[in-house]
Amino acid sequence: MKNLFTASLLSLGLAFPAMAQDAGGRLDIVVQPEPPSLMLGLVQNGPTQLVAGDIYESLLRYDTDLNPQPSLAKSWEISDDGMTYTFNLHEGVTWHDGEPFTSEDVVFSVDTFLRETHARLRVSLQHVDTITAPDDHTVVFKMKNPFGPFIGVFEAGTMPMVPKHIYEGTDFANNPANNTPIGTGPFKFKEWQKGSYIHLVKNEDYYLDGQPYLDEVYYRVIPDAASRAVAFENGEVDVLPGGSVENWDVKRLTEMDNVCSTGKGWEYFAPHAMAWMNNREGPTANKNFRKAVMYAMDREFVRDVIWNGFGKVATSPVSSKTNFYTDDTIMYDQDVEKAKELLAEAGYDGEPVRILPLPYGETWQRWAEAMKQNLKEVGINSEVVATDVAGWNQKQAEWDFDIAFTYLYQYGDPALGVARSYLSSNIAKGSPWNNVAGYANEEVDAMFAEAAVAPTTEARQEIYTEIQKQLVDDVPVAWLLEIEFPTIYRCDVQDLVTTAIGVNDGLRDAWIKQ
Amino acid sequence: MTLAAAIFGRAAKAVTTLLLIVILNFFLIHAAPGDPAMVMAGEAGAADEQFIQQLREQFGLDQPLYVQFWNYVSGVVQLDLGYSYRQQMPVLDLILDRLPATLLLTMTAFGMSLLLGIVFGMAAAARQGKWGDTAITSMALLFYATPLFWVALMAVVLFSVKLGWFPAFGYESVGAEFTGLDMVLDRLKHLFLPALTLGLFFMAIYVRMTRSSVLEVSQMDFVKTARAKGLAEGTIRRRHILRNALLPVVTLAGLQAGQLVGGAVLTETVFAWPGIGRLMFESLTARDYNTLLGVFLVSAAMVIAFNIITDIVYRLIDPRI
Repeated sequence: MKNLFTASLLSLGLAFPAMAQDAGGRLDIVVQPEPPSLMLGLVQNGPTQLVAGDIYESLLRYDTDLNPQPSLAKSWEISDDGMTYTFNLHEGVTWHDGEPFTSEDVVFSVDTFLRETHARLRVSLQHVDTITAPDDHTVVFKMKNPFGPFIGVFEAGTMPMVPKHIYEGTDFANNPANNTPIGTGPFKFKEWQKGSYIHLVKNEDYYLDGQPYLDEVYYRVIPDAASRAVAFENGEVDVLPGGSVENWDVKRLTEMDNVCSTGKGWEYFAPHAMAWMNNREGPTANKNFRKAVMYAMDREFVRDVIWNGFGKVATSPVSSKTNFYTDDTIMYDQDVEKAKELLAEAGYDGEPVRILPLPYGETWQRWAEAMKQNLKEVGINSEVVATDVAGWNQKQAEWDFDIAFTYLYQYGDPALGVARSYLSSNIAKGSPWNNVAGYANEEVDAMFAEAAVAPTTEARQEIYTEIQKQLVDDVPVAWLLEIEFPTIYRCDVQDLVTTAIGVNDGLRDAWIKQ
Repeated sequence: MTLAAAIFGRAAKAVTTLLLIVILNFFLIHAAPGDPAMVMAGEAGAADEQFIQQLREQFGLDQPLYVQFWNYVSGVVQLDLGYSYRQQMPVLDLILDRLPATLLLTMTAFGMSLLLGIVFGMAAAARQGKWGDTAITSMALLFYATPLFWVALMAVVLFSVKLGWFPAFGYESVGAEFTGLDMVLDRLKHLFLPALTLGLFFMAIYVRMTRSSVLEVSQMDFVKTARAKGLAEGTIRRRHILRNALLPVVTLAGLQAGQLVGGAVLTETVFAWPGIGRLMFESLTARDYNTLLGVFLVSAAMVIAFNIITDIVYRLIDPRI
């Protein structure tokens, strides 16, 4: 394993950008599963963003400490009262079809296009009053109220810039142009051989001198996890983005010659594994029962065995990689006796609970079995329910579970990625991924509302600390693991992971040592 | 009944059968939990009611089921298989895009297994009880009894990882842009492992079937007559024994041929072969109703077509039927 060494190389690379990069070469990257579409403004799932993150850009990027960095905006200012955000755009930027990119495109993208299509951004846009373009290279966002997390939403998957001249006045979802995506990014769409590969080529007119360094990129669709591992072993592919091989293959692959791996590049998403517990009915409606579940679990074992040592036990609703995390909460280390006491207090009568694993592969199945075993040790009966992806979404959206595994992205700020799972206003039967556990606490609602718009970082930290203490005591969900999906790649690929979303927008700076 | 009349009668039945299949599939698929909007919302990792509602409207899922059903069936009878909202393409285009790859794979496997199966079966029968027979039947039993995915994985480990003779997966060398003979060779190399994997099982069946059938026919009186009138042994085998022995093999070949479109899901997945079996499987998990129904329809049509062809082949081999 050379990840430590690589990590230090990467930080050196950041500190001394003068290091000469070799131009040219081709990169083959696994994409799994095959994305349904590459139109990032319409579809924001993982595989779509992996590929489309090279085609589309947003105003900012974020480094691995979540500090904003220039992208389409070369500089920006936030007024002292937090009410005005002014962005100065790069000049001479063109869309892949040659049309100039201007501030009009930004206004159209955010105010018209994404407001209609992007569920997650819509929530943040509620705090925005107006978006205007005083001149071709300036965009001004006026807020209704200060909204601290706002500086974190200018990421490509959250706010991709789409071309106004193509989409204005059309039916966005059914525009034929969706099949030939046009962005401003470092790579252009060339060809998509469905079921086989997606081919991107260098954008010769990219606005950063000499970039991108690579000539072309192939995203390879390989549906079987074992075949993906073989593809990397054989040298058919150069990069395995996080999560593309099963955990037990990671060790074997990283021990090969000239293979590096890094856990970086997930800071913006900070995937937080948890189990929703049904707060409305069944044994899980009882707080003491839920606490017993927390004490019953051996999360270190899961991390070490099922996740091959990758990741960190989650102690709070906020990931330790996200801003405003605190460790000043109750810690639920495994304690069988305590779990049994709590169960007795809860008056648990042995009614079996239904565990719904995440249908995303073998790892999650095993995790559910480990939990079942842990629960059995403290006297909780359970059964693991089998589903596929569609069935799983249906069951959680319709509240048809007792304990349901999931993992959620944090998007760099509790207001964006954490609050949604606990706000009572976010309980809506029939929609997946909201507060499906059904936790409702007016006090917490009020604190989240206050924290989102609090004027200073210190004030926000204070409230989020309170929230975390309260939630960890109420255990509306069982927090499991801060997941780490290592990116595995050939060591001659340089500067691949330099941002908080890693490979998703990493190819702008990546180069191959010749 | 003349051949033409027989075919016409079968075709009329076939159309009715197909229509019933369409109806049954439609309701079966809609009975599965979840819908495409839910899947896409789930993949986005965040969704509000507006988002799901928009998707349902876009996919036409907000209409009552009977309206959706009527729209679909009236499209199908006009040979319009609908639109895949997930993939943003007409279903027919999606299927036609994937069909050549699947047919290349399954036809190769079919031809190979049939040819080798019959040849080895006859060879085994001719050496009944000798070591050659034992060797062939043991191999056949091994391939018959081994699960497909295991054969596939072992073939990859041996031929691709260890020996490096054949690529482990894919349809062509991506980005190599070969032309002419190089392209054909490249395709053949990629075809080898999946076709072998897919063909071995049926080859084993044909070997066993041909062998026992040939042995049985060899004992019959007309063969003795042929020998008695002094025909050469080769002629007897080819013209008298094989022709009669082939009927059960043809029955099975008809069954295998019916699976030419839909029967390679596993092989296509392991070998990343961009065929229709994977399209079907991925459409199923995404609840891409129109695509799934389209693939089902094409596979069903294929099964029926090959049943008819099998019947015709029977008549050619054995005019008594």
